[in-house]
Parts: sequence; structure tokens; C-alpha cells
Amino acid sequence: MPHVLLIEDDASVRDGMELVLRRHGYGVETAATGEQALALLAGERGARVELAVLDLMLPGMDGFEVCRRIRARTATLPVIMLTARGDDRDIVTGLEAGADDYVVKPVTAPVLEARIRAALRRAEPYPRQGPGAQALDADRTDHAGLVIDRAGLTVTKHGTAVPLPPTELRVLLELSASPGRVLTREQLLASVWDHTFLGDSRLVDAAVGRLRAKIEDVPARPRYVQTVRGFGYRFGPL
Amino acid sequence: MRVRLVVTFVLVALVSAVTATALAYRDARTAVLQRTQNTAVNDLRERVAAVAPGLDLPPDQQSLSRFAAKVSEGLGARVVVVRHQDLSAVSDAYADTEGRITPELRAAVRAGDGARFQRVQWRGDPYLVVGTPVTYADGDRRTSGLEVFVITDLRAERDDTAALLDSVRTGTVPVVVLAALLALLAAGTVLRPVRKLGRATRELAAGDLGSRVAVRGHDELAELARTFNETADALQASDAELRAQEAKARRFVADVSHELRTPLAAMTMVATVLEEDADQLPPDAAHAARTVGAETARLSRLVEDLMEISRFDAGAVRLNASVTDLADTVRASLALRGWTDRVTLELREDVRAVVDRRRVDVIVANLVGNALRHGAPPVTVTLAAPGGDRVTLEVADGGPGLPPEARERVFDRFYKADAARTRSTTGGGDQGGGGPGEDGSLGQDGFGQDGFGQGSGLGMAIALENARLHGGTIEVGQRPQGGAVFTLRLPLRHLEEEGDG
Repeated sequence: MPHVLLIEDDASVRDGMELVLRRHGYGVETAATGEQALALLAGERGARVELAVLDLMLPGMDGFEVCRRIRARTATLPVIMLTARGDDRDIVTGLEAGADDYVVKPVTAPVLEARIRAALRRAEPYPRQGPGAQALDADRTDHAGLVIDRAGLTVTKHGTAVPLPPTELRVLLELSASPGRVLTREQLLASVWDHTFLGDSRLVDAAVGRLRAKIEDVPARPRYVQTVRGFGYRFGPL
Repeated sequence: MRVRLVVTFVLVALVSAVTATALAYRDARTAVLQRTQNTAVNDLRERVAAVAPGLDLPPDQQSLSRFAAKVSEGLGARVVVVRHQDLSAVSDAYADTEGRITPELRAAVRAGDGARFQRVQWRGDPYLVVGTPVTYADGDRRTSGLEVFVITDLRAERDDTAALLDSVRTGTVPVVVLAALLALLAAGTVLRPVRKLGRATRELAAGDLGSRVAVRGHDELAELARTFNETADALQASDAELRAQEAKARRFVADVSHELRTPLAAMTMVATVLEEDADQLPPDAAHAARTVGAETARLSRLVEDLMEISRFDAGAVRLNASVTDLADTVRASLALRGWTDRVTLELREDVRAVVDRRRVDVIVANLVGNALRHGAPPVTVTLAAPGGDRVTLEVADGGPGLPPEARERVFDRFYKADAARTRSTTGGGDQGGGGPGEDGSLGQDGFGQDGFGQGSGLGMAIALENARLHGGTIEVGQRPQGGAVFTLRLPLRHLEEEGDG
């Protein structure tokens, strides 16, 4: 059963979420503060955690900082931000700190569960392979120095490994599967985030922004993931 | 104002100058002529008195000529004419006297007993002709029948007065120019503060409440400026106060909504557990559990809507627009809420507009949700592009429609339409086919779970705000067959206007 870490300072919300998630078969670890959560992740129990649900408004270290520290430690742990502040600015700040998804409080149990499932699914292997790239072997493609291994789910640039969190990796895999083709934000939302939330294109924009910071030579003038104004994004042409 | 002032000034100056000079000219001319006349009359009288005793009466032509010459001697270069009955003598033989000594004057001299004079024009020049009868000096003043006329040239006097007129005339122009200059100066000093005051007033009217004018001096204008500043101060102060109160009220709504979210988050979570187990509970407890779930969902929706409306009030909303397929968006909105089977769609395909997809979704959800909740089937959604740069989305239902007074207020916050339009009182959960989230749809900001039940009372206001944010409108009307129809009109904006994320 997947283990989820709930980082939430309000005891009632934390207990409610724990109750619901346990009833639906999740293993649950809880932390009331960011510091506690980081300590837990560093410990033995932290090794079992497969996903973190992170409240933004925490006493002491806030959610943004906790997210940055989690990202600095591990690239692959999916983080869902749980925010009581639904303003665009807070959501964008949270996403830029490295969250894979955000949920605005109050959230119903089925929605939270669905988002957790989707986030976990993103961390699973990705089977498809696109045309138009030079195939090294069955699952590896080389795009002008950017080598994407779809079986091992690794990305290397000029031989150097580029660690990518699951969401960013999914975005890259999705776009590079068909180089040159424009995917709208809605298409990316449906295929990567696995949900039909209308207009949550901030998720896509934030993930693309973080991805560019890692794989592009000059993130401000992207070569691999290009913006098609008014439509969406496109991989290449290189 | 400036022109009027200058014209008035110049007119006043002109009238004064003309009147003054006219009066002065008349007086001067009269004085000059009077003096000449008096001199002429006196000179003649004295001369005749001095010369007449030496003349024997009746005279002959020769003595008459001598007499004329004698009179003329003492009078300078004037022509003297002496008459006695049919005889006449002239001091200057070449002068034409007949044209200058008029019959009326001769008649007057003959009839009267004193000097008579007359001004005449002869060959274009003015002359003064003075005539006097010569009387005996023996007391009874009998006329001797001798008449003496002297013709005085008035050209010098005429030229003098003409010169006076000329100098006055040439002097008027500088006076008028000076008056105009003075008028401009006065207009400047008077009008500049007035104009400044006017500009300040316009700025104030345009919303710049910091607009003030400099107060200079202690005249009426300064008083006006001071009053203006005081008014502006008062206006600014009350405006600041209002703004502060408004901001406080907005912050309060946002804070309250925000604070409500945490307990709501806990309640929403555990309500699911209660509802999941409701089937195993005694009927009363099951009902209670379901009610708690439904009411928690309703409370959540209300809080979400309150937060959304306070964001609109605070001006904190931003359009996140991109090219969007509208038919697609409408279908997705309905599918997300499980309404696809309950709504008839007439969607024109391939209508693409630059809109914020999430906000269009909110509008569609509110309009359709409202029709399903308060109207009656069939609910029809029609998407059309009636040409031009607009696109319309109509949501119509088969219910009783809205009375006119409700139509005006349907977009007001917390407005509850007439009870007749509320289809059912059995509560939302029953009609909606499930409590929060039972349909498993992935909800969004309070709309996803349950489109039925009681609305927050803010939905239509939020829909209208979202339409306005796009530069669009929502109108409510009546179908011929009775039902209500809400029409959303959105401009088809160009790609350049889009805010690319």
C-alpha cells in the first residue's frame, strides 16, 4: 500500500485526512510542522513515503520552503500542495517551489484521493515511444544531446544525468513522444495530470518552467520545449 | 472669456476717447470761432466809430472808396465793403464780394441796429462776414443808410481745429491699442487663476482627489480657491475613509472566508466517512449523516463563492486567456458535473475565442446549474457566432420564467428568486443524485460535486463578473413559450491581447 506523508498543522484536518486515507488503504505518516516532516523523511520511516501532501501555511518554516527542501533532497517524491489560499499568486508560488499538483481547501475525500492516485501514477514507468528521434536502442532516444530513456525513466544531457521529478519527466516524455507537434495545455493536463480540471493550466506552465530550468541551455530562450503562443507547447524542432 | 474681456475693454476705451474728444473738439471749435467773431465784430465797430465821423453824408463813390480803404487800413488783410443805397465800395478791388455777403445778412444789417455776422462757405473755404449799419452819434441812433461789411478769412481757424481733430484721431489708435494691452493683462491676471481653478476642478471630477490650487492674495478669487481646496480636502478625506472602510470590509470577508476553510476542510473530510457508513446506521443517524454531508458541501460552496466574489471586489482577478474551443469547453463543463444527459446542446463547432477557460467554465456551470435548479426541462444550451466579433451562448429552460422584477435583480448577490421558480423543496441532495463527490467527478472550486441543492446565492453574480472580466455581458430574457433565457455575449478577442502564461 502506498505510504503518504501528511504535513498539516491543524489537528482536525490532519486527523480527518488520515482517517479517510487509512480507510481507503493508504499508509499514513503525519507531521505537524515542516521541520518535523523533514526529520521524518530523513529517518527510517521516511524511506517508505511515496508521496507528500503539504499544507502551505505552516508555523515556522512555511510550505514553500519545505517543498524546496524536499526537492533538494529527492527529485522523485511527488508533492501535492494543499492550500487554504486559493489566490493565483499563492498557487503559482507553490507550483514554482516544485509542487506537482495543488489542491485548494476544503477538499473532499474523493478529490484528494483522485489527485493522490494521479500523482502516484505519474511516477510509474512510461511505455510509449515517439517517432522522429534517433533510436539508440528500444527505449532510448537522442535529441541533440538530450538522451531520454523511457524504460529507465532517466534523462541525460551530454552524458550528465538530469534528475527530474515525476511530473516534469512526464511532461518531457509526453512532448518528446511526438517532436514538432503542438500539445495544448488541456491535452497536457489530461495526459500528464490525468484529470480534466478545466483551466488549471498553471500546473502545466509551472512544470514546463521548472523543466526548462533543468534541461535548457538558456531557459529564457528554450530550444527543447518551445511555447506556441496562444496554443501550448511543442518539443523542438531542434 | 478673454476675448469678451478684451472687446469690452477696447469698446469702453473707444467710447470714452471718442466722447471726450468730441466734447473737447466742439468746445475748442466754438471757443476759437467765438473769439474770432468777437474780435472781428469789435474791430469793425471800433474802426467804423473811428473813421465814420470823417465821412460826409450822403457820400459819393470816391468818398465811399476812401472810407472803405480807411476802415480796411486798421483791420489788416480783410476785405471791407461799404454800401450806401446804390453805391458800394470795396477795399480790395479784385475781391469778389457778392458771393460772400449774402442777401440775408444784408437784409438783417439793414433792418437791425447792431452788428450782424454770418459764416459762409465760398469756393470751399470758410469766411466770417460781419456787417454793421453806421448810426449817427447824436443820441437818437438814426441809421445813416451806410453799411459796412468786413470779410474775415477763417481758413487758419479751420486748419487749427482740423489739426486738433487729426491729432485726436491719431491719438485714438494708441489709446485703443493700449486699452487692448491692458485688457489682455487684466484678462491674464484675472483669468489665470480662474483657468487654474477650472483645470483643478476637471482633475477633481476625473478622480484626482489630490488636485489643489495655489491661493494667492486676499481677493475674491483667492477666497474661491481656498473654498475649492477645502472642498477637495473634505472630499478626499471622506473618499479615503470610504476606501478604508471598503477595504476593511473586503478584508473581513476574505479573512472570514479564509478562516472558515480550515474547519471546513476537516468537516469535508470526515463527512465522507459518515456518508460512506450511512447505510449501516439507524435511519435517523443515516439521515443526519447525509444532511451533515450535504450541508458541509453547501457551506464549502458558499465559502468558495464568497472568496471568489471578494477577489473580484478587491480587483485581484486576472484573465488567464488562451485560444479555446468553446463548444469543447461547454461539453467539458457539463460532463464534469454529470449534466450531459440533462441538457440539450446546439453547439456551433469550431468557434475559437481567446478566453479564460476556467472562467468560461464557471459561467456555463452557473447558468446551466441555475436553469436545472430553478427552471424546468428541457434545458437547452445554444452556442452561436452571429457574425461580427461576438459569440453568444444561450441557456434556456422550459420553466415558468422570471417575473420582470426578478429579471432585474437576478444578478444581485444573495438574491433569491420567487418561490414559484424554485422547483422543489426536497433539498439538493436528492435531486442531485448524490452528496458531495459521490459521482466521483473531480470537482473544481465548489461546483464539481453537486450542481443542484441550494445555490450559494452568489453564482449569478460571479457569472456576471466573469463575463465582464472578458468584456462580455449576460442578459436575461423570456422565451416566447415562457421559459427564462440567459444570453452570454463574449467578444472574440485577438490573440495579441492574450496574456501568455
